[in-house]
Amino acid sequence: MSSATASGARARKPAARAAKAKRPAAKKVDWSKAETLISVRGLKMYFPVTEGVLVPKVVAHVKAVDGVDFDIKKGETLGLVGESGCGKTTTGRCILQLEKATGGEIIYDGMNLTTADRKAMRPMRERIQVIFQDPYSSLNPRMKIGEIISEPMMVHKTEPDEAARQERVRELLSVCGLNPKFSDRYPHEMSGGQRQRVGIARALSVKPEFIICDEAVSALDVSIQAQVINLLEDLRDEYNLTYLFIAHDLSVVRHLCHRVAVMYLGNMVELAECDELYDNPMHPYTQALLDAVPIPDPVIEQKRKHQIIKGEIPSPINPPPGCVFHPRCPMAVDACKKNMPEFREIRPGHWVACSEI
Amino acid sequence: MVTTSEARVEAAFEELAVERPLLSKVKEFARKQPLGTFGAVIVLVMVFSALFADFIAPHDPINNSYEHILESYSSTYLLGTDQFGRDILSRIIYGARTALLVGFTAAIIGSVTGLVLGVASAFFGGRFDLLFQRVMDVFMAFPLIILALAVVSIFGTGIQNVIIAITIPFIPRCARVVRSSALAIREIPYIDAARANGFSNARIILRHMVPNVMAPFLIMITAFVGQAILLEASLSYLGLGVQEPVPAWGLMLQGGAEEYAESAPWVAIWPGVAVSLAVFGFNLFGDSVRDTLDPKLRSQ
Repeated sequence: MSSATASGARARKPAARAAKAKRPAAKKVDWSKAETLISVRGLKMYFPVTEGVLVPKVVAHVKAVDGVDFDIKKGETLGLVGESGCGKTTTGRCILQLEKATGGEIIYDGMNLTTADRKAMRPMRERIQVIFQDPYSSLNPRMKIGEIISEPMMVHKTEPDEAARQERVRELLSVCGLNPKFSDRYPHEMSGGQRQRVGIARALSVKPEFIICDEAVSALDVSIQAQVINLLEDLRDEYNLTYLFIAHDLSVVRHLCHRVAVMYLGNMVELAECDELYDNPMHPYTQALLDAVPIPDPVIEQKRKHQIIKGEIPSPINPPPGCVFHPRCPMAVDACKKNMPEFREIRPGHWVACSEI
Repeated sequence: MVTTSEARVEAAFEELAVERPLLSKVKEFARKQPLGTFGAVIVLVMVFSALFADFIAPHDPINNSYEHILESYSSTYLLGTDQFGRDILSRIIYGARTALLVGFTAAIIGSVTGLVLGVASAFFGGRFDLLFQRVMDVFMAFPLIILALAVVSIFGTGIQNVIIAITIPFIPRCARVVRSSALAIREIPYIDAARANGFSNARIILRHMVPNVMAPFLIMITAFVGQAILLEASLSYLGLGVQEPVPAWGLMLQGGAEEYAESAPWVAIWPGVAVSLAVFGFNLFGDSVRDTLDPKLRSQ
């Protein structure tokens, strides 16, 4: 619903969008020549399910992420989409080392983050920042905005001088479209959109090169969403940032991302250039997902045929054998129940995990 | 960038940000929390008499005066005298000093230690949390007074040891309550944000978690002061607390309760009233502090 109105609002202001003609130009960059910033190889994150109080016994694993591979080039924005519980947020948390991955490796600029200890991780934390989904709970309610934004600078000693930090806080606030006077306020005195801008300012404070946007606009209402997306876009162009943009809103992802990865039940099912994926989805799950996006024209919307995925998403504790999507797949054949499909490159840059294509 | 509606919201915020004068806040508290105000008055009277005991007390609380043993109420001795001829009113006024010293010190040290330990236990979680909580269970298994008795019998009597004896049982009680709040806070994204930024554990615990468990903590401190006063009186009454001739309410009870209950009841009654009022006052005050801090109750 929200995605429909978002694109509608954008369509009504073509002039404003056309003025920002940076996007099409950015899209023409040949990413194959760009330097790889981060590469995730066979990432696995299993959460143990335990029973027993005194001697906990692991009875099962929630396979939140089960073998995910992708690369992100410098300056690129990779969209990570999928329905709730498919492991996209967990993937982000693994990169941030908020969860210790069960398997696989995350190579960031030549360094393996999964084996890095706390001390080795410290300089990396300055380079990798995160913007959280919920602007209400991601800011400490007992700290002033100025303190929230300056704390990372203080801890990482990027601005050792208090006066310089205050100056930078004011600068960051105005970069993020907020009044510099807000630095004396508490988060509860601000609206959701303003808080999210504070979250962005905090992420920018230590001049990172890579930002994980974990559903960074999902909790905002549509008009604010558009503003924050434009802000993220401008910041990307200005500071040459690389984003991992985790979202479930497909139109937002299309607007912002260069490439899009689709996840289902902890597995990567499709990865392609943005336009390629939207215009020519190959995996049946991606097709169904794109089909579920409403078209903001009631006449067309009523006439078109919907392909609705049947059934519920299976439990990640006990994922189906073979292809994880086979119980809900309209194209499934017997082989799908046994053989795990290979994640293969069907066209240059277009990867799909389906044996029937 | 700033539109008119934004400017209007801005102005509304500026208004909100203006601090109301203290007096109007006090008036509002008194209107909404009459019982709490009563408690606060008792607490204030206690603090006042403890601070200015030297000026208020009509007589010396320690000097014996054998001409005036067990005298009843008179204009010289408003609440009578005890078996050593000491003025009871003066001893009660000076006793407030002992009670508050022990009460506040024990409550603050005990609850602050419990606060840090409880938050740390919740933050680290896992095996550390499990072990730490079992140790706390062991401490909690003893009633307050029994644990305090054990501590006094190890360290001996005296005001310092009484404070230690009362502090120790407070630690697990505070740690337990604080831990449960901290467990919920640990899962909130701003803690993730702090961890993702590589902040040290000490910084996360002290800067991000502790300030957010302040509401239950403040309530507990006020309750602990009352309990500590009661415990000190109990220990002194049992002869394990403050020793003669220091004026302390429990000690006055001990001297008066058994022998003079019929012949000179005032010796025991007034220190008893003082203890009851003090505990009552602190509890009422603590309750209303909780109501004021809890936004769900505030709107009513």
